[in-house]
Amino acid sequence: MSLSPTSDAVYNSPNYLTAPTGIRSWLLTLDHKRIGVMYLALVVAAFALGGFFALLLRLELLTPGPTVMDAMTYNRMFTLHGVIMIFLFMIPAIPGVFGNFFLPLMLGAQDVAFPKINLLTVYLYLIGATIAVWGMIQGGTDTGWTFYTPYSTTTVTTLSPVLLGAFILGMGSILTGLNFIVTIHTLRAPGISWMRMPLFVWAMYATSIIQVLATPVLGMTLLLVAIEKTFGFGIFDPARGGDPILFQHLFWFYSHPAVYIMVLPAMAVISEVVQTFARKNMYGYKAVAFSSLGIAFVGFFVWGHHLFTSGQSTFASGVFGVLSMFVGIFTAVKVFNWTATLYKGAIQVSTPFVYFLGFLYFLIFGGLTGIALSTVSLDVHWQDTYFVVAHFHFIMVGATMMAFLAALHYWWPKMFGRMYSERWSLAASLLVILGFNATFIPQFLLGNMGMPRRYYSYPQQFQSLNVASTAGASVLGFGFVLVLVYLVASFFSGRVAGPNPWGSRGYEWDTPSPPNLLNFPETPVITRGPHEYQDGPSAEVTHGH
Amino acid sequence: MNELNDLLRRILFLPVQGSDFARSVDHLHFFVWSVSMLGAATTLSVALVFVLRYQRKKTLQATPHIEPKPIHEALLIGGPLVLFLTWFAIGYSQYVVLQTPPKEAMDVYVQGKKWMWKFAYPGGPNSTDVLRVPAGRPVRLLLTSRDVIHSFYVPALRLKQDALPGRYTQTWFNADPGRYPIFCAEYCGLGHSAMLGELVVMPAAEFDAWMDEHRRTNQAAAQDQRPIAAEDIDVRGSLLEQGRRIAATQGCLKCHSVDGSRHIGPTWLDLYASKVKLEDGRTIVADEAYLTRSMMEPNAEIVAGYKGVMPTFQGKLSGPEAAAIAEFIKSLRTDAPSAEPQKGPVYVPVTDK
Amino acid sequence: MATEAPSAHLAHHFPDLQTQEHAARLGMWLFLATEILLFTVLFTAYAVYRYLFPGAFDEASKLAHVSMGATNTVVLITSSLTVALGIHYARQGDKRKTVGLLAVTIAFGAVFMVLKGFEYHHHWVDGQLPGKFYHFTGLTGPGVSMYFTIYFLMTGLHGLHVLIGMGVLAWIALRAARGEFSREYSTPVELGGLYWHLVDLIWIFLFPLLYLV
Repeated sequence: MSLSPTSDAVYNSPNYLTAPTGIRSWLLTLDHKRIGVMYLALVVAAFALGGFFALLLRLELLTPGPTVMDAMTYNRMFTLHGVIMIFLFMIPAIPGVFGNFFLPLMLGAQDVAFPKINLLTVYLYLIGATIAVWGMIQGGTDTGWTFYTPYSTTTVTTLSPVLLGAFILGMGSILTGLNFIVTIHTLRAPGISWMRMPLFVWAMYATSIIQVLATPVLGMTLLLVAIEKTFGFGIFDPARGGDPILFQHLFWFYSHPAVYIMVLPAMAVISEVVQTFARKNMYGYKAVAFSSLGIAFVGFFVWGHHLFTSGQSTFASGVFGVLSMFVGIFTAVKVFNWTATLYKGAIQVSTPFVYFLGFLYFLIFGGLTGIALSTVSLDVHWQDTYFVVAHFHFIMVGATMMAFLAALHYWWPKMFGRMYSERWSLAASLLVILGFNATFIPQFLLGNMGMPRRYYSYPQQFQSLNVASTAGASVLGFGFVLVLVYLVASFFSGRVAGPNPWGSRGYEWDTPSPPNLLNFPETPVITRGPHEYQDGPSAEVTHGH
Repeated sequence: MNELNDLLRRILFLPVQGSDFARSVDHLHFFVWSVSMLGAATTLSVALVFVLRYQRKKTLQATPHIEPKPIHEALLIGGPLVLFLTWFAIGYSQYVVLQTPPKEAMDVYVQGKKWMWKFAYPGGPNSTDVLRVPAGRPVRLLLTSRDVIHSFYVPALRLKQDALPGRYTQTWFNADPGRYPIFCAEYCGLGHSAMLGELVVMPAAEFDAWMDEHRRTNQAAAQDQRPIAAEDIDVRGSLLEQGRRIAATQGCLKCHSVDGSRHIGPTWLDLYASKVKLEDGRTIVADEAYLTRSMMEPNAEIVAGYKGVMPTFQGKLSGPEAAAIAEFIKSLRTDAPSAEPQKGPVYVPVTDK
Repeated sequence: MATEAPSAHLAHHFPDLQTQEHAARLGMWLFLATEILLFTVLFTAYAVYRYLFPGAFDEASKLAHVSMGATNTVVLITSSLTVALGIHYARQGDKRKTVGLLAVTIAFGAVFMVLKGFEYHHHWVDGQLPGKFYHFTGLTGPGVSMYFTIYFLMTGLHGLHVLIGMGVLAWIALRAARGEFSREYSTPVELGGLYWHLVDLIWIFLFPLLYLV
């Protein structure tokens, strides 16, 4: 584990973090790496805020009646929790942090196609987030993140700021996706054909397509709600001939593909982590690559599975249900290929890999419960109950958050040049995984029992499972805090990381840790696919530890 | 088999199964759950075995480059797909049954409003939060909402249907005797979690007896009481269709004819915009205002030659309903073109008992 | 290639000007796709409500001012021609013609907005307004106010995009007047023109649906 002589020198030379200096150089940076780091700070703050509201919600749910807040506060709190977690974390996090940081590095490019637009997205995030959060707190928005009409258009609480904030955040999301698509098309270094692109890039490409095509629909739909609330135009108001179900169709047309905006980047990360820590090429590269596109494409046609009990036609439910089965198959393809990659691999069970295992477990169960929900008749019982809440938390927190943590631990040395404490990170990962199970498995059972969601008070028989869930949430929350603590500590006392502490053959590791401001002194020419490990140590391009 | 059913039901924390439909849905649930558990356990075990067997021995250990065998991919795609589609076929067929109430089902009107459930039997009593139905007979629910979207949920029956403002939705069940909680499952504001109800499923004979008792004692009141059905109009349908329907159910056509014949009240044919001679000697034009006033204050401007026997519909007809009747009256002209065919869902009005 | 000095317009992260221009065009097309999806929401609402209220939409659309709408269609199509010519001359490095044609395009846009203003004014006076503001007595019933809600939303959003387009073209015209474009580099003119074509295209769909059928 001795450090190669060059790594010290490389570490001490100016890198993207240390040069140039000054706050202006950060606020006006055009460097994708700095932008990624700024996103990291922002999304972690957002996650902490959203998580704080979650803990308060779970505190309230300890007793069947009022515990620490009244009903209006509770309703506002789950709205805050949902909006913050989805629009300020789940959608932007992996693309904003790791997509920005690593896409150019993985393509042998010096930056993304439109660096100024990239910087703009950071400010759109900041402005949108501020308006949305301030609006929800000040105006007491109590509609839930789904804004169903006519409740949203008739509630006394304020709606327009959060809708405006979400619109602005959406613009940022669109521009990020647009930037990535153009980058992938035009800035691949010589030798990186489409079939040699890292699987991370393939999944980010699919994500970006969804961001560009789906988000405008949400933007317009939220705008219509704001117009109806403010001016009484009545597009969704039955008294004026409007149809509240039209809102649901328009809303879910974005919001279902949105969950793939959240999970595809997670899958992107996992493909990289599996190949690096099993030290092996992906079992079915083409299958995994194309399954990302498949998810993006089919994912646009399944939104009606959120409307099985809404009164939509039986035929429509059938179409949406069967298509939902197909979209699940693409995920199954990935699960099998990741697992098969472990066969005859050379596995190192470091923290990122532990998060991969957690991810696998959560994705399998989260995904299968999704398939179960799509069998229509079962959904009649489960719709709008805690079963659905558990299902999407399994995927969003269980799978996607595990992937975010995997990415953070995998790429931490590359981004910041430091290793974190493996002992603490393993301990925290166990706390997170166990705490998560303790929080959300009881919620599957609550859903089976029939407890609806967004319930401030509940009948006595639901209490014990709620108490269990709250206990789990405290462990989960503690685990996340622990992660933050030792990662921050690594800045001060972490071992200096070499250019490639994991011995990975991903293209991005072919740079110093942290990388220089200018990614590559000259355009690299790539002569092999990423993650080819069949040759011996002499084929390493950089020295590991 | 029953023991297995009950065991799995308890393991999964499912409520009692209050109907055959609940039982079938649960059987599908058990099938999906057990196969999922098996599949998940298998996949995770395989992963675990690989992790334990293929540990990294040297830092930069090489590994073989393995290309996938197409047959593997095909099986691993085909297998789950067949399974998923089988589950879907079963589940969807159950759903279709749920969406298709039998013709002989007894109708109950359900109205969700913030924050209570109101029930009404056609021609029968109304109730709030407690719904009594006969066991072993199909019951169709016609749901609507007074304000925002609510969702009528009976976990014991594995039954749920959204109640929407401005239109009707339907669902049905055939339940075993028992008392089952009703929840609202669509967030609707402060009282969302307090919008609890109870479904009381009585043995059929008991239910019939209860119903008769109520009808006898509330006979007079029941006739005046309007069915909740008419309260919320499907505004997307033709207004004059609505008017025709309400005029029938409200009993207007008992006294007013539509074909020109004189009856207890003036005929509606060619009434609108005609000049009407009143009892007090004035002549007025029968415009919308007059028609509406006649419904609300019938004895204010009585037509000459008729007695003042019309009851007031103040509080019985809402604004939109009165407007619908006015539209219908307007359409009754000897030279009027026929009304356009109805589009959109319209529920057949209940026949009078 | 290494011996030529890189163009002043070439950003450091692009290997050559051609790639950069290709990237700019691809980016613009993606952005136009998002604009189309924005309008798709309103077209969907139009389709849904037209299906639900066929009679009302039939009658209400007769109240739209077809002659003004048709004139506006001709205005916009002509403006697309002028902007296309502007791009052509920009590629040839002809500064005067570029600026002139862009100015004419903007003028056509202004004409469009003025005619739209007249239409809106007429509707306002007659009480043919969206939602709860509708008080035109000549045509009543469910669905009628919905037609005008959709009408004002669609033409309003489109009008907003016309204004944005005018702004974009004005900025590009200013840059052209400053001599920023040449035979070698005229991408911004092309992109601005693309945006204007989209604005025109949306109107070409909007006009028949709202005015003619």
